[in-house]
Amino acid sequence: MSHRELEDMLGKGWRKPPFVSNPKLRWSLILGFVAYLVAAFMTIEVDWGRVYVGLDRGWAFILAFTSPDFTSRASDIWDGLLESIVMTVAASVVGILISIPIGLGAARNIAPLPIYLVCRGIVAVSRALQEIIVAILLVAIFGFGPLAGFLTLSFATIGFLSKLLAEDIEAMDKVQAEAIKASGARWLQWINYGVQPQVMPRLVGLSMYRIDINFRESAILGLVGAGGIGATLNTAFDRYEYDTAAAILILIIGIVMSLEYLSGIIRAKVQ
Amino acid sequence: MLRLQKLTKTYRTGDQALKEIDLEVGKGQVLALIGPSGAGKSTLIRCVNRLVQPTSGAVWLEDTDLTKLGSGALRRARREMGMIFQEYALVERLTVMENVLSGRLGYVGFWRSFLRWYPQSDIDEAFRLLDRVGLLHMADKRADELSGGQRQRVGICRALIQDPKLLLVDEPTASLDPKTSRQIMRLITELCRERRLAAIINIHDVALAQMFVPRVVGLRFGEIVYDGLPTGLTPEKLTDIYGEEDWEATIKKVEDEDEVEVEAAE
Amino acid sequence: MPVLEKENAQTWRRRTTGENLFRWFGWLIGVAIFVVCWQRISEATTWFFVWDAPRIAGDIWTRATPPRWEYITQLGRPIWDTLNIATLGTLIAICLAVPVAFMAARNTTPSVLFIRPVALLVIVSSRSINSLIWALLLIAIIGPGVFAGVIAIAIRSIGFCAKLLYEAIEEIDHTQVEAISATGASRWQVMAYGIVPQILPAFAGIAVFRWDINIRESTVLGLVGAGGIGLQLSASLNVLAWPQVSLILLVILAAVMISEWVSAKVRGAII
Repeated sequence: MSHRELEDMLGKGWRKPPFVSNPKLRWSLILGFVAYLVAAFMTIEVDWGRVYVGLDRGWAFILAFTSPDFTSRASDIWDGLLESIVMTVAASVVGILISIPIGLGAARNIAPLPIYLVCRGIVAVSRALQEIIVAILLVAIFGFGPLAGFLTLSFATIGFLSKLLAEDIEAMDKVQAEAIKASGARWLQWINYGVQPQVMPRLVGLSMYRIDINFRESAILGLVGAGGIGATLNTAFDRYEYDTAAAILILIIGIVMSLEYLSGIIRAKVQ
Repeated sequence: MLRLQKLTKTYRTGDQALKEIDLEVGKGQVLALIGPSGAGKSTLIRCVNRLVQPTSGAVWLEDTDLTKLGSGALRRARREMGMIFQEYALVERLTVMENVLSGRLGYVGFWRSFLRWYPQSDIDEAFRLLDRVGLLHMADKRADELSGGQRQRVGICRALIQDPKLLLVDEPTASLDPKTSRQIMRLITELCRERRLAAIINIHDVALAQMFVPRVVGLRFGEIVYDGLPTGLTPEKLTDIYGEEDWEATIKKVEDEDEVEVEAAE
Repeated sequence: MPVLEKENAQTWRRRTTGENLFRWFGWLIGVAIFVVCWQRISEATTWFFVWDAPRIAGDIWTRATPPRWEYITQLGRPIWDTLNIATLGTLIAICLAVPVAFMAARNTTPSVLFIRPVALLVIVSSRSINSLIWALLLIAIIGPGVFAGVIAIAIRSIGFCAKLLYEAIEEIDHTQVEAISATGASRWQVMAYGIVPQILPAFAGIAVFRWDINIRESTVLGLVGAGGIGLQLSASLNVLAWPQVSLILLVILAAVMISEWVSAKVRGAII
């Protein structure tokens, strides 16, 4: 390189080139963000007196974890937990079974355009609606009880699983699938031999993950009357029975942990 | 200047990578370490700056035994030893300049380095080094935009800006094409001569070693089996180091090629 | 194994007879579990309401349309609160998630035996429990309001962010870290120069991704009293003001879509 350039640069400072090179844009982004933060903090009303009083209760709650009370509301806890599990299992089975055809339909590389649009529409609607909002509507329609929860979870599973399955199919290795097609296979045979082996491990993994999510979600559906452990938990909080609440939370954490462990084993097996 | 005494490394798996190595490197002496894969070349130079903890033995850098140092003193000792890596080991998402300046980390405090406020003398030195290796115009490029040869030259700058007494060079040419390999080896040996640096260069390419380096040490199964001039590497010696092979043809062919290469370069 | 000698001829089967039996048995058990679960749901359901559901759904639909558009003037502040809950909650969460992630990652944890399990426990507890439950808990402790919502979102997001982040930390290129250590850099400098640049893109992606999820979650936090647009939803539901409910649902839908769009754009710009 020319030495003139070096001579020019020696003695000059050096700064890291900024992430956003346009200085006006950079400063307006920074200022905008700071202004937003200030505005956001100003509009949050915090009753510090109430928070201070609450600290004692918070501490009592943390202490409750050291002595959780599984016994005094054992039958409520047991019923709620069983209902959550029942809803999770039933909704996962139905949701997974429905999401497979929809996932196939939502993959552009194997479905014709009209079917693709319909399936993508279903996926979009299911994903845009929060579980809890769906649960509210379904409780209004079908009445209180686990049926509404079951339908909610199935519906949410369809959106989640179909989308990821469709993306996986769209990203699969085309050559393998073409080789099967070239052998003169029918459409179903083609799916069975060319597509299924490629996406199966991920489908199993995602299904396990969704079962995990369904269980966690089933714990809150009770808040709006859609069955499960949530109702018991809500009552416990309302009555300030922290030791019972702690017991329920410990059970939820424990089940989620064991589900994660189980799904780890199953995923390692299918891969 | 650097003296290894009965340096031994046994991995937890039970593999003995180094068996009581004794080696001395004088000031300004450039030494090539050759040997088959798994002979312990990488382990040896990593034991010197203790990226790998030696099991027993001593590493004397001038008057300090590096194996006895605590973490603070080790960091100060590491400043004296620049290291150049096989896969360049640049921090890919940082700019070339940041990568070069990272060689000064041992000298500046955390906040200065975090805020990129390096002393002007460091910045000037970084510019000079980049100019020396012909990469001054790339200073603000991100490291992952560079080609292999360019990255290795940045790696060299990072090692040199430490102002080291010793260079530890681990397979500098392993992922480069033959021509770039020679350029990089030439650059390293020239810089060592300019700055009177001692260097240990791990290299698996015997021809390259013979071409650029005045002293060759052969390692096999963690033991030194050859130590001497590159011209002394006879087929018998190479068999000692690497095992049975028809060396005559390899050496001859490589040497012929060298002549051509050198003539063409001049 | 799958090639069997049968009547002097070799036949090929995918699985041996024993494997086949085992598989059928497994399916049988699976179906039996599903049937039991379904029965429990069915027992807890008042089927009369379910048969009546189409009429009720139609009834709700006629009441809810058209949405009460003029109500939107009252939704400005709740939307602002919702945005703040999501954004501030995410900011707090990522600040706390970074140290947790470094303590949980195998290659950066100060102690594999003591600190790592604690960090993992923090992650799993935070992840297992839905933000609505955290909100319930915080309302019991510090009283209802936006502040409880911010904290609930923050607590729920710590686990999520820390989990993804520590997985990213465990996948970094170790030689770059080695190279920085070899220069004589201190522990913190190695972190700032060797590790942080490598995980920065993942970090930004995770933050934006979680922000998107948090916008969805914060829209319903109000159902339990933790501020945001959910408060209006819950109030409207309580007085069966269906035209307001439908408008709020439309607003939530729009918010979710906008946040998804923003998050996709930002992630695209970073990576």
